[in-house]
Amino acid sequence: MTQVERHAYDVVVVGAGGAGLRAAIEARERGMRTAVICKSLFGKAHTVMAEGGIAASMGNVNSHDSWQVHFRDTMRGGKFLNQWRMAELHAKEAPDRVWELETWGALFDRTEDGRISQRNFGGHEYPRLAHVGDRTGLELIRTLQQKIVSLQQEDFAETGDYEAKLKVFQECTVTRVLKDDERSETGAPPDRRSGGKVAGVFGYVRESGRLFVIDAPAVVLATGGIGKSFKVTSNSWEYTGDGHALALLAGAPLINMEFIQFHPTGMVWPPSVKGILVTESVRGDGGVLRNSDGERFMFGYVPDVFKEKYAQSEEEADGWYTDPDNHRRPPELLPRDEVARAINSEVKAGRGTPHGGVFLDVSTRLPAEEIRRRLPSMHHQFKELADVDITAEAMEVGPTCHYMMGGVDVEPDTAAARGVPGLFAAGEVAGGMHGSNRLGGNSLSDLLVFGRRAGLSAAEYASGLGGTRPAAPEEQIDAAAAEALRPFAAGDSADEGPAENPYTLHQELQQVMNDLVGIIRRGPEMEQALERLAVLRERAQRVGVEGHRQFNPGWHLAVDLRNMLLVSECVARAALERTESRGGHTRDDHPGMDRGWRKVNLVCELTDQAQGADARKEALIGLRQRPTDPIRADLLALFDREELLKYLTDEELDR
Amino acid sequence: MTHTAHFKVWRGDTDGGDLRDYEVEVNDGEVVLDIIHRLQATQAADLAVRWNCKAGKCGSCSAEVNGRPRLMCMTRMSVFEPDETVTVTPLRAFPVIRDLVTDVSFNYDKARQVPAFVPPKGVPAGEYRMQQVDVERSQEFRKCIECFLCQDTCHVVRDHEENKAAFAGPRFLMRIAELDMHPLDAAADQGLVRAASAQEDHGLGYCNITKCCTEVCPEHIQITDNALIPLKERAIDRKYDPLVWLGSRIRRRKE
Repeated sequence: MTQVERHAYDVVVVGAGGAGLRAAIEARERGMRTAVICKSLFGKAHTVMAEGGIAASMGNVNSHDSWQVHFRDTMRGGKFLNQWRMAELHAKEAPDRVWELETWGALFDRTEDGRISQRNFGGHEYPRLAHVGDRTGLELIRTLQQKIVSLQQEDFAETGDYEAKLKVFQECTVTRVLKDDERSETGAPPDRRSGGKVAGVFGYVRESGRLFVIDAPAVVLATGGIGKSFKVTSNSWEYTGDGHALALLAGAPLINMEFIQFHPTGMVWPPSVKGILVTESVRGDGGVLRNSDGERFMFGYVPDVFKEKYAQSEEEADGWYTDPDNHRRPPELLPRDEVARAINSEVKAGRGTPHGGVFLDVSTRLPAEEIRRRLPSMHHQFKELADVDITAEAMEVGPTCHYMMGGVDVEPDTAAARGVPGLFAAGEVAGGMHGSNRLGGNSLSDLLVFGRRAGLSAAEYASGLGGTRPAAPEEQIDAAAAEALRPFAAGDSADEGPAENPYTLHQELQQVMNDLVGIIRRGPEMEQALERLAVLRERAQRVGVEGHRQFNPGWHLAVDLRNMLLVSECVARAALERTESRGGHTRDDHPGMDRGWRKVNLVCELTDQAQGADARKEALIGLRQRPTDPIRADLLALFDREELLKYLTDEELDR
Repeated sequence: MTHTAHFKVWRGDTDGGDLRDYEVEVNDGEVVLDIIHRLQATQAADLAVRWNCKAGKCGSCSAEVNGRPRLMCMTRMSVFEPDETVTVTPLRAFPVIRDLVTDVSFNYDKARQVPAFVPPKGVPAGEYRMQQVDVERSQEFRKCIECFLCQDTCHVVRDHEENKAAFAGPRFLMRIAELDMHPLDAAADQGLVRAASAQEDHGLGYCNITKCCTEVCPEHIQITDNALIPLKERAIDRKYDPLVWLGSRIRRRKE
């Protein structure tokens, strides 16, 4: 039996970004003893990087806005592949979630009449994003963090212990979701835990290397995305697909894994900051994209489905900023997938900048003072990291891996993972909400809406169990401990071959994904990627680390590699299967969008042999097609039939 | 352009440690954190360091570079001469855990001691009305990324462990100022006077406005001028205001 620290809670939330903290607040407010586990320090989650704002149809700046318009924009942005019920709930509940933040102390930028100001963003018909300059994510995380502290203060007043009902386990990594022993399939390998209920989590404390188990009947995954599998990314080191992998390993399916958003504007120079985000607000506030010929090239890239909505000339586009009722929007504000592809094409055609991007210019569009006020962190970021003064010169930008649309297959209303009782997922780790492409601003609202719903459902589920709680068998805990500690023993036995360096493997993985499953994809390249991933996976079995368990980054990376490899295989398999181009999935060999494919979700699951030791070269991920849920009639009625015909098949419409 | 730089990095743990020398490649445009990462990947796989966003937004990679508290991700290598030795040490005011990682729990303890925002009674969510000019004062302080460089550099606690219990530090005194200046904070209705409490409960009096905190703030927040000095003024005003004194007597009598 492995020696581990043992705790017990009602609800465990894995991840302390926007979704995780909102879930934890909800669970605690429903009376649950709640634990939050995060890899970084409390308050450092990747949510702080969100810049633009929170999309919510409050109608403070343009009173024509409503949840229906927001719903429509979200579905269009996702090319109608969105789980429509999630998009509906999201559009309806986002305003309440924003207003609630104010009662917890958030200070958004204001309109003239003292309400929350809202800004324009790509794909949103009206100014919709509640914001604080360009540091909205920081405001969101800080507000939720301070709300957690205020709940802890209440608990302290009552019990004398700040952590009596809500505790943050910071700098800890969860490596397994534990389940009880119930198996639906007899004869399944002992480690194949399908059929059982969630019993808790297994993990380690990064600081000390101590192993721990938290017994809990409900686990909310809120671990964010997978960007660290790619070389050029806006994501932080935490984004190693942990929740995606934990769900898979617990027997839960993932959907839409082929859809990855490449944000059109990441920094391209200097090399060490390549990929860091340049907020879409630059374009929302008037910034324009130009190629090396000085041409505003986006006018040439408006796709047919959006032709009626976007300006045809610079005059018309420029008029929109002051008189949106009589002008169409500038094409720089097309959804992100369109802009990213356009930039990619310009650079490929030889019209790129010296460092392989395009120019994003706000210096000739707004007075310097206004730029500093509206875009303070962009001004700061370029000044400090690239020696570029954005009030006087153009930025160089190019696409960067930014957001994973795919994720855990969840029930829309409850955020419950399908197939694993007690498992929930919210935020970027959950799939469906954004379809094939997410609109800017819809991420922060997604975190709040579904973070709350996940916390609520987890609380209801946990209290519904009463006194009978699932317990993880000891051998599962032993196996998890052995798995976590394996890198320290690598290279010990001669027949295994030499130990592999985790940093080297990680770099090779990032290169494979960037080159072969990146923004523009081709069938043969992805087949090659799958072969190379299989080799990397085999080498990863021998990954070894020096030193001891106390705050050892090499070990941490070695553990995270398992997750990145699993998720990368999902991405490559799903991307190879989907022979069309849609949103965040662009196939050079299948450039068109196919209405038939809209009806299909690709579902990734762990194969049976995945747990076997000698199946290292076999596919770990199985893929199946599943029909999407038919969109409810009253929601379809929000669109013109002509528009729907671009996305839906004739028989779907005649139903 | 590439050159080889000479780094000294503190390696050790709670039992002690020392500066180790490294020769390491530096490329054009890199920052100190890039070099630390290169050391991890090539020479010292277990070198412990905190980092996260690598863009100056999360405040994780705080350390002391050539003795000055800084974010490693925002310290460009071009600020040093190519032949200059770059010395990286952990934050001095906090106990070392390992290498460049320190135990910053002091800050989380202090955060818990500052009473939270009190929502105004009778104003439902969605009905909050505030003017931009009124929220801007607190918004400046909410730019704080909690890198704790100000806490590290503040001489009240930097070499005076004994002051830590009584002193919240610049970051959390600024948090009190932020709430005190929040247009709708209703703490006063509950009998909490934030400025006075800063003085009495959180050690504002220890601060003698040397502005060290402001100097190291990577967000360029005017901590001393805009938060601490106004907070001191309000604390003093209340203390010596005869009407406030009388009011507090009367209230006490009622209780």
